[in-house]
Amino acid sequence: MDFTFDFNKNQLESIENILEEELIGLGVECVVLIDLAGNVIVNLDNGKCEHDVYSLAALAAANFGAVSAMANIIGEEEFSLLFHKGENDSIHFSKIGTDLLLLTIFGKEVSLGFLRLKVNEANNKIKELV
Amino acid sequence: MALINPKKKEVQVKIVYYGPGRGGKTTNLEYINKKFRSRIKSEMVTVKTYNDRTLFFDFLPFDIGMIKGYTIKIQFYTVPGQVKYNATRKLVLRGVDGIVFVADSMTLRQEMNIKSLENLRENLASFNKDLNNIPLVLQYNKRDLGKQGIPILPIETLESDLNGSLKVPYFPASAVTGENVAATMKKIISLTVISLREKLDLGGK
Ligand SMILES: Nc1nc2c(ncn2[C@@H]2O[C@H](COP(=O)(O)OP(=O)(O)OP(=O)(O)O)[C@@H](O)[C@H]2O)c(=O)[nH]1
Ligand SMILES: [Mg+2]
Repeated sequence: MDFTFDFNKNQLESIENILEEELIGLGVECVVLIDLAGNVIVNLDNGKCEHDVYSLAALAAANFGAVSAMANIIGEEEFSLLFHKGENDSIHFSKIGTDLLLLTIFGKEVSLGFLRLKVNEANNKIKELV
Repeated sequence: MALINPKKKEVQVKIVYYGPGRGGKTTNLEYINKKFRSRIKSEMVTVKTYNDRTLFFDFLPFDIGMIKGYTIKIQFYTVPGQVKYNATRKLVLRGVDGIVFVADSMTLRQEMNIKSLENLRENLASFNKDLNNIPLVLQYNKRDLGKQGIPILPIETLESDLNGSLKVPYFPASAVTGENVAATMKKIISLTVISLREKLDLGGK
């Protein structure tokens, strides 16, 4: 499977608004919407975050692909929760539709439960747009 | 396919270095990373296993400036060449825009080159892409070994083995000395960007 994505300006702006409202508003440091080829579609941060999002996107797409392949081997469609916890910062991955992936980087002050809720809301809203 | 962002006026282009294990794909990117440091804004990312073999991929972003008002971000990847890593090779090929096939000139590796090119054709076909129809450059690497008395294949043999029907541009090269590494890279960038032009014209509206 391969894909082409073309987003117009309006779509990109709407996606940014959703992410800003749901996630940056919640206090996360950085959100990156990528495709499974590792391209960055939208990235937003709280102004204090200087991660190399292009490298992050390349690794996240590959990582997600590898984890999906593992899921298939054990007979699962996919793993719904992908989450890497660090001492200070953590990364949460969420698949949007079939070809997009939302990465959220957040610190200790954000609760995982609340984050998942918000990511879900953002996910549903973005799905309607693309 | 290249991702075009009309808001940021940015295009992300994916170029993959493919070829048999130990052929010199990673060494190509390492050379580019050193030689063109000023155009590279971040560190090269490599996922390696023991012995310096590529486990997943290498990743190197490379800025070439603007075309038709768009910032072009080239993203170089290498695949792991070892036969057993085909699943990860496929993941890296996803969304590819242009390919450099790095063949190993050593006589011993003749069969591996042919098999790897065949494997590339199959993997592309699984994405409904056609090797005959994608920007492609061949690199006959490790030419320097000839001078050290190690048997290498004549260019004519490599050409008839690999490029007989494809007839794409090719470069004899040495990724360790840097010979034709930049020339290979420039060629694939220009072929790939030309193939994207049409799309950019549309996206620019
Ligand atoms: N003499 C010589 N050696 C080379 C050349 N290019 C690469 N090598 C050597 O060949 C070995 C393998 O090179 P890599 O660049 O790691 O090969 P690769 O294609 O990335 O291999 P995989 O990651 O396993 O697919 C290393 O020891 C390199 O130093 C070359 O042009 N000449
Ligand atoms: Mg390698």
